[in-house]
Amino acid sequence: MPADVEAIAERVFTALADPTRRAILAALAAGGPATATDLADRLPVTRQAIAKHLALMAEAGLVTAEPGERRRVRYRLRSAPMQVAQQFLAALARDWDRSLEALAEHLDQSVRKPTTTPLQKARKHV
Amino acid sequence: MGFPDRIERTVEIAHPPSEVWAALTTAEGLAAWFGNEASVDLRPGGSAWMTWTNGHTVDMRVERVEEPTVFGFTWQIYGLPKDDPRRTYVEFTLEPVGAGTRLTVVESGFAQLPTDAHRTAYDGNTKGWASELGELVSYLDAG
Repeated sequence: MPADVEAIAERVFTALADPTRRAILAALAAGGPATATDLADRLPVTRQAIAKHLALMAEAGLVTAEPGERRRVRYRLRSAPMQVAQQFLAALARDWDRSLEALAEHLDQSVRKPTTTPLQKARKHV
Repeated sequence: MGFPDRIERTVEIAHPPSEVWAALTTAEGLAAWFGNEASVDLRPGGSAWMTWTNGHTVDMRVERVEEPTVFGFTWQIYGLPKDDPRRTYVEFTLEPVGAGTRLTVVESGFAQLPTDAHRTAYDGNTKGWASELGELVSYLDAG
């Protein structure tokens, strides 16, 4: 696995570990691009603190800065790094152990009771 | 961190490969242990799907069919939106062991990078235009 992929995922998890940054990302996801001042109006956090978090997240590639009205910088959510992190989580969430157990169980039961009613599922996939 | 790009599991099953093969590659088999309902067009390039009673659905594309030893398909990545084009590849390998089967499943492709090609092209164009306009302005200013 390329080292930069891991670095991207690590930055996403670091960003998401902080409740203020999660609130900022959620606000950008729900309401679209916004300035630090817009976000300070919506969240119980000072504009200075928001600006600091936005700078960190811009460096991590989670938001991009773009020119807004009245020379203010507007921040836009960038989902690509989150999709990388999501794929790592997908690998952890894929549960082949249980699926294979269900397969073995299915084969055992179908041999013992070949004309049985539909088998009770040992688990649901999701 | 060391996140996996591939997941690999091997289990020994006390049934011959022909039975395991049927459980893996038929709609009836898949619906019995994996999904709640399934459909399989068993040929490379064929489509297949499974649904669960909770409403979850997964679309698969059959890639390898070498009865009774290799069955491979791609499917959507767990946890990504349904319209996301990225997929992981799942390959089952069956090997006879005595009267039973050694079954290996490998799922790979979790570490695919998102397709940033569009973004790169877009950024490149923006920069290209910026520099061309800059040149135009310089030319007009000089004139």
